[in-house]
Amino acid sequence: MPMTLAEKILAAHTDRGNVHPGELLEVRVDFCFGNDITAPIAIKAFRESGARKVFDPQRVALIPDHFTPNKDIASAMQVKILRDFAREFGIAHYFEVGRMGVEHALLPELGLVLPGDVVIGADSHTCTYGALGAFATGVGSTDLAAAMITGTTWFKVPASMKFVYHGRLKPWVGGKDLILYTIGQIGVDGARYMAMEFTGPVIENLPMSHRMTMANMAIEAGAKVGLFAPDEITRQYIEGRAQRPYTFYASDADARYETIHEWDVSTLDPMVALPHLPENVKPVTDLPEIPIDQVVIGSCTNGRLEDLREAAAVLKGRKVHSSVRCLVIPATQKIYRDALDEGLLQIFLDAEAAVSTPTCGPCLGGHMGILAAGERAVATTNRNFVGRMGHPESEVYLSSPAVAAASAVLGRIAHPDEVR
Amino acid sequence: MTGPTARRPCGDGANQFTGSIWIFGDDVDTDAIIPARYLNTSDPQELAKHCMEDADPEFPGKVRPGDILVAGKNFGCGSSREHAPIAIKAAGVSCVIAVSFARIFYRNAFNMGLPILECPEAVREAGQGDTFSVCLETGEIHNVTRGRSYQAAPVPPFMIELLQSGGLMGYVKKRHLWESRS
Repeated sequence: MPMTLAEKILAAHTDRGNVHPGELLEVRVDFCFGNDITAPIAIKAFRESGARKVFDPQRVALIPDHFTPNKDIASAMQVKILRDFAREFGIAHYFEVGRMGVEHALLPELGLVLPGDVVIGADSHTCTYGALGAFATGVGSTDLAAAMITGTTWFKVPASMKFVYHGRLKPWVGGKDLILYTIGQIGVDGARYMAMEFTGPVIENLPMSHRMTMANMAIEAGAKVGLFAPDEITRQYIEGRAQRPYTFYASDADARYETIHEWDVSTLDPMVALPHLPENVKPVTDLPEIPIDQVVIGSCTNGRLEDLREAAAVLKGRKVHSSVRCLVIPATQKIYRDALDEGLLQIFLDAEAAVSTPTCGPCLGGHMGILAAGERAVATTNRNFVGRMGHPESEVYLSSPAVAAASAVLGRIAHPDEVR
Repeated sequence: MTGPTARRPCGDGANQFTGSIWIFGDDVDTDAIIPARYLNTSDPQELAKHCMEDADPEFPGKVRPGDILVAGKNFGCGSSREHAPIAIKAAGVSCVIAVSFARIFYRNAFNMGLPILECPEAVREAGQGDTFSVCLETGEIHNVTRGRSYQAAPVPPFMIELLQSGGLMGYVKKRHLWESRS
């Protein structure tokens, strides 16, 4: 019986040889984690259950990243719940400010989530690790609590959708544009409950950071996971990081897909998602003049070193427009240091952008760059829902780091070529 | 089964809810259900004060115990925050009926003990402020105002027990599943 990548990983985490879409399975979990918003509820449930230990302290992470550095007393109390629990139960992977990063950038960087893994995280963007060929998905806090105790969780095996990208990408077009285009084509519930599998010649040459950007936003199409078959690019990324053995799985040639989408993306321009849904996607070249107040470059979607390089290439020798606040947020402490060593932070500071310590902060309207009524932001983040970055009457436009940087310079949403 | 049919009995009545409905549109996201700016606490009563406020600022002040939320497709899309079903439940809402639910919200709602049903027909023909009577055991949704009944998939007995236990952890504790493992 042929299987897809998603089915193979799930089957390998049960005692079954074969699994089929629609089946309910109890599966072993390789790694699970929560953050300062979701873990307090999981910890409360864990304590109320009477459990006396976690299933494996090496396979649980607690990452305070959303409202950290603590934005107020209530946030500080939330983080304290994580810290106290980590000490009491010997959680190996708890990250204090100064060592932490945005969870979905940090865990792959440290080699804690790996190809072939089943990973659950109490955060919807856990699907990011699909870029490595892991079955990784977001769950609620209570599911996390149960997994911390038992090392297992239950899943309905998702049907798979295949996406095949042909052609050659134009300059300034990358993973963010591909995933925004895809969501624009199928809608915010176009892959609801499904496994998305990204394939084709364009994907085979796509760097890991771009794959992570794409997998990260699979949830924005409603998907359970967004998967890439591991290959040489994966091997290069994993080597020297992996903390455990790992396995490369691939779909069988005759595996069954619910739908297959094939697109030639050679003519694709940089894409922007307009308020207030990630499916409201237009090529940047089709937009009228849209003045902006803020730019955010960072997040689990686009806060990696390659993203900062892309932004710096546009910002180098230029200034952020006088009516714009430009925030650059390296996603982890290591990315921050690498950006410093490469001279990227110098470029941002010379451009009069603000550079922050790692945090999810503004992406979810938490802190560090909240919008007032009527304000408009271009962000490299993943959601542009009403009120996502602040006041319910503010607006968020989603784009790549290059488009965000160009927009910061020109004070309006712009193609990177316009600043040349 | 759709139409002005006679209503069937609903078990012992413990899983029947009757209330006024609040209608929302498609793709209601978790930031609309409970904005992230309020997530520095997980206290249900605090969250309830801001439930749905960015979609309808009057909702938190006007919703009454037992009221029912009715929405279009993909309700609860976005984040994995359990604060979303917690806020809805703490606001007094007895159940949510939608054309469809986003995956994580669906799971979280049951885990938090908030009953939800998918029923496109009931949503399509509903008017703001109508009264619904909902039976989880049979899956019957009766629009009292319009005198019409609709059939959703019944909630299976173990899920009803889970809901009655206040959610997954209550259910698990009741069944002492963890004792041998802790």
